[in-house]
Amino acid sequence: MSMAWEVVIGLEVHVQLNTRSKIFCACSTAFGAEPNAHTCPVCLAMPGSLPVLNAAAVDKAIAFGLAIGAEINHRSIFARKNYFYPDLPKGYQISQYEIPIVGRGYLDVLLPNGEEKRVGITRAHLEEDAGKSLHDAYPGESGIDLNRAGTPLLEIVSEPDMRSAAEAVAYLKKLHALVRYLDISDGNMQEGSFRCDANVSLRRPGAPFGTRAEVKNLNSFRFLEKAISYEMLRQQDILESGGKVVQETRLFDANSGETRSMRSKEEANDYRYFPDPDLLPLQLDAERIEQVRKSLPELPDARKARFMAQYGLPAYDAAVLTAQRELADYYEAVATGQDAKLAANWIMGDLLGALNKAGLEIETCPVPARELQILLARIADQTVSGKIAKEIFEILFHEGGSVDAIIDARGLRQITDNTAIAAMIDEIIAKNPQQAAEYRSGKEKLFGFFIGQVMKVSQGKANPDLVNALLREKLQAPATE
Amino acid sequence: MEAEIVRRIAHLSRIALPESELAQVAGQLDSIFALVAQMQAVPTEGIEPMAHPLDLQQPLRADQLRSETPSREELLASAPRAEDGLFLVPKVIE
Repeated sequence: MSMAWEVVIGLEVHVQLNTRSKIFCACSTAFGAEPNAHTCPVCLAMPGSLPVLNAAAVDKAIAFGLAIGAEINHRSIFARKNYFYPDLPKGYQISQYEIPIVGRGYLDVLLPNGEEKRVGITRAHLEEDAGKSLHDAYPGESGIDLNRAGTPLLEIVSEPDMRSAAEAVAYLKKLHALVRYLDISDGNMQEGSFRCDANVSLRRPGAPFGTRAEVKNLNSFRFLEKAISYEMLRQQDILESGGKVVQETRLFDANSGETRSMRSKEEANDYRYFPDPDLLPLQLDAERIEQVRKSLPELPDARKARFMAQYGLPAYDAAVLTAQRELADYYEAVATGQDAKLAANWIMGDLLGALNKAGLEIETCPVPARELQILLARIADQTVSGKIAKEIFEILFHEGGSVDAIIDARGLRQITDNTAIAAMIDEIIAKNPQQAAEYRSGKEKLFGFFIGQVMKVSQGKANPDLVNALLREKLQAPATE
Repeated sequence: MEAEIVRRIAHLSRIALPESELAQVAGQLDSIFALVAQMQAVPTEGIEPMAHPLDLQQPLRADQLRSETPSREELLASAPRAEDGLFLVPKVIE
């Protein structure tokens, strides 16, 4: 086995901003329309058309910058990044180069081992997305759909601060949660709203950075992890057999789990950036930035701290529940007026378990928060026992319906009537005189047998505390014949 | 200016430049660079570089959709080839 290598990872993330209209024209950004239905002379690059910057894209970029503790540049500049590809109609992409809108910031990331790590963010800049090419449908030709061309993007560039695939995934997840909290992107990775490229290199610990490969097309957290693991092995093989890692762009193939070189693009990395004469410098006054600051929602770290203070949750529970905005909203809806820790246990155990098993997300959860809240209320007011509540939850999750209707329709109401339970117990003791006698002569283990009998007769509906108390009382009383 | 550099710039710009014209274009580019060199010799210390010749700032547009859209057919009509609502171009992938 060789001496240890240290992996150095930096991520570039392209986030589609969820504005209504495109960044430089008034076309819709909606996903899934007919090809080229959302295009106009500006995003098609017709001669004479001119870009006009979307205020909402600017404000969303500012919101991100404020959330990562970054300097917002009061003056930033749009530049042309020149390259030829048919899904880029102008022959250049409008981006920001020398002075981006968001300067240096950071994200504190919770690692799998429970430690927190600060990952630096170098910059974030505004740019426009390209269109899409379809290569298979037309022999000898490619079809071009420019609906996506001009969709606003925020490109977020991290420092090379991550030292394992797990750290990179933790950073990407935190970033994803943040853009969802800020409501600056829908974060939909399948639809390409949140795309990640990874720069990966190896070095001996303490040595200068090694040559890196840039891996593209990482549209899930799992792919990021797989691609980094693959790159680490590939580069280790090269270095240990005396070779040199080539600085290049590689594409992750989700089917094989491997990365492969995109040689064709290598040579063209000469973008000849220059300031776009069609766009003036973007000046932001303190008032505009302050306006955005005032409209910022509660962010994940602040919400976690509040969950600990307000609901008395342990740090771990608070971290899990605030990792996604939707999950945190769900928790707060359920916990309102209920035992907060019990609500956390139900959501982190039963609910997340069931969602995971069914391959669903909290956004597509079949149990409305209101129903889970009612279920907890029915446990609290002793309408049902905790055990029956689990059964009701299964029904809610798989068949739907409302808690109270399920309780009534299936006769699941807990029996809390002393007289009724006492009658059951009398009958059971009468039917099992031998066991009763043995219990009374000291075989206390038989108490469990009687509990089981009462639960069987009551179909699990007898209130466990009452059963316990009454049974003890009756079994301790001397035999009455 | 070397012919090789001229060839590379022409390729990046997707300009078809016949071999016979390389020398002439190299000469023209040389005289442009001479002009740039002359401008770069001007002392500009302490002067903030301008990103635009006009001393104005970028106006912003409200995030609203256009009510009137030119029809897709109209827009596709100016392309040499189009089908099924897509622009068609010579195949770009190997």
